[in-house]
Amino acid sequence: MSLTDLAVETTPVATSSAAGPELVQLLTPEGERVSHPDYDINLTDEEYRGFYRDLVLVRRIDIEATALQRQGELGIWAALLGQEAAQVGSGRALRAKDFAFPTYREHGVAWCRGVDPLKLLGLFRGASNGGWDPQEKRFQLYTIVIGSQTLHATGYAMGIQKDGAVGDLETGEATIAYFGDGASSQGDVNEAFVFASVYNAPIVFFCQNNQWGISTPTANQTRIPLYQRARGFGFPGVRVDGNDVLATYAVTRKALDDARTGQGPTLVEAFTYRMGAHTTSDDPTRYRLATDLEAWKLKDPLERMKAFLYKQQIVNADFFSELDHDADELAARIRKGCLEMEDPSPLSMFEHVYDEMTPLVREQQEAFSTYLAGFADGHTTGGHA
Amino acid sequence: MTTLTIAKALNEGLRKTMEEDSKVVIMGEDVGKLGGVFRVTDGLAKDFGDDRVMDTPLAESGIIGTAIGLALRGYRPVCEIQFDGFVYPAYDQIVSQLAKMHARSKGTVKMPITIRIPFGGGIGAVEHHSESPEAYFAHTAGLKVVACASPVDAYFMIQQAINSDDPVIFFEPKRRYWEKADVDVTATPESLWKARVVRPGTDATLVAYGPMVKTCLDAASAAEEDGRSLEVVDLRSLSPLDYETVFASVRKTKRLVVVHEAPSFVGLGTEIAARVQEELYYEMEAPVLRVTGFDTPYPPSRIEEEYLPDLDRVLHVVDRSLGF
Repeated sequence: MSLTDLAVETTPVATSSAAGPELVQLLTPEGERVSHPDYDINLTDEEYRGFYRDLVLVRRIDIEATALQRQGELGIWAALLGQEAAQVGSGRALRAKDFAFPTYREHGVAWCRGVDPLKLLGLFRGASNGGWDPQEKRFQLYTIVIGSQTLHATGYAMGIQKDGAVGDLETGEATIAYFGDGASSQGDVNEAFVFASVYNAPIVFFCQNNQWGISTPTANQTRIPLYQRARGFGFPGVRVDGNDVLATYAVTRKALDDARTGQGPTLVEAFTYRMGAHTTSDDPTRYRLATDLEAWKLKDPLERMKAFLYKQQIVNADFFSELDHDADELAARIRKGCLEMEDPSPLSMFEHVYDEMTPLVREQQEAFSTYLAGFADGHTTGGHA
Repeated sequence: MTTLTIAKALNEGLRKTMEEDSKVVIMGEDVGKLGGVFRVTDGLAKDFGDDRVMDTPLAESGIIGTAIGLALRGYRPVCEIQFDGFVYPAYDQIVSQLAKMHARSKGTVKMPITIRIPFGGGIGAVEHHSESPEAYFAHTAGLKVVACASPVDAYFMIQQAINSDDPVIFFEPKRRYWEKADVDVTATPESLWKARVVRPGTDATLVAYGPMVKTCLDAASAAEEDGRSLEVVDLRSLSPLDYETVFASVRKTKRLVVVHEAPSFVGLGTEIAARVQEELYYEMEAPVLRVTGFDTPYPPSRIEEEYLPDLDRVLHVVDRSLGF
């Protein structure tokens, strides 16, 4: 690469969201199907409707959880508002045996993997630190330390190699690691790129560039477009319109298939926008303009898919009213489940510290149990009133 | 009976686990072709292949982080951190992820990972090659921490640590790597989590682990010439800590001196002192005393023998204990 190439590539493309050869898009914000030389998909009407259904339900879960937090039922919630297409597109590209390593915001991928939304809410409510079996759903527990999971995903992918489960398109397995633009600065993410590249591991690094790391814009994380980072490590990088569910599906599927057939890692940068706050504890009005939001509203992932369905005339009024009904039911179930969610017992904190409990932990559990039992009012619920 | 150095005993123990369980994989810097900078993994890559004995990139956090992923896939990784002072880049993966994964998953995810770390000083090295970081790990719930002090323990403890389904930080006393002893490899080992009385005595108990066990044994031999009978306890397991063995010894001798290279402030000696005094307050003839490194960064190696507890420093403190 010559110095001239470098000069061209260091123009501030990082924040450019204009579609072009560098941004894979199959569905415009207005709902028009466009083609791309390297990516194509052939879906049935049922599958198109299925994507829209997923987008609507995922958004509804997110809105419901945000409301529950505002009502004091969750301690905090990390909303994925605006990122539904990036997560549903990539989530639906995964095969049953593929393993996903999320951050703490991939509720849309959790949905695709069949993880009950109430399990996610349990974490944010403080009822658990991760309430599902990762092996059962091939969806790792949420990782809160930024970027850590990219190493776990890489190790898992190395395990797939050792099992000989790489090479064949039909039977090969792949791993996907989710992380954000902020995380791309972390040492662990870069170490994951190193390990994945030198071992040629079957992994897709899926970066949702939602333009913000809390209040820090992507320009403070990188000088070049993030998908170009991969080149430095020796594997392909591709930027996809993260608000285009069809394009994210197509790009992720190809990357996963490249991984499972032994071609090694790919970095997929899903260019999207965090329409909500970092979490419910955040106040974005302190660092970004409403006008930015307005511009991105025009690129809404649901609106363009809805427009497409209408234009293709593959939906009728019943479809939407049934979907609304399903969304309402889902929201009601989540609400009820959240309000009824039990706190863990105080003594449960001593369980599972180790596979083989130690005498010290057992001793503390027994002493604490005796202590709690000594309260005259039979108060055994621990600290909270 | 075979005569083995600690390094060779570790090598043999590693070989045995590799033979018995195809899911055991060794990973670390220079562990493959070179056989490790201390040759502890010598010959293993040749016999088991580089799929199972991996020369990793130079990235400690990466080594432990990918090991976590391998464990999720059903493997039993044995990671090597080349020197004690280089474990810190991996510290976040160890305490935030490895230690907590089992509890976070309510027991559904197991982390059967062993992290081998040569530790301690006395080898004339430059900075970061002579640290004693065991307290940082013993203080972290979810980790188990052990330290071998002899060839027989090296041979069996490494196998037991690898076969444990809990994450084990396995400290190896690098200044003792070349010390030899006879090892009966057919013997049935005792529990990994038990301390051992390595020399019986009656006047005071010395508790130590890793490189200081030999120092304490030497001190006890010297003390014997002065008519003092010192009992030496090798802790072996730092977390969980075998208090029963320590209590039994101190009940007998009434005096305890803890010896470790690590600095005094908030070192393992503080936990042992607090616990023993809580349990045996009325039975003791002297408070628990400690012989430790100073609360300074490890010094340049030309004066490291001034920093490290040695036979004289141990006996000096034993005198203090006996003087109460």
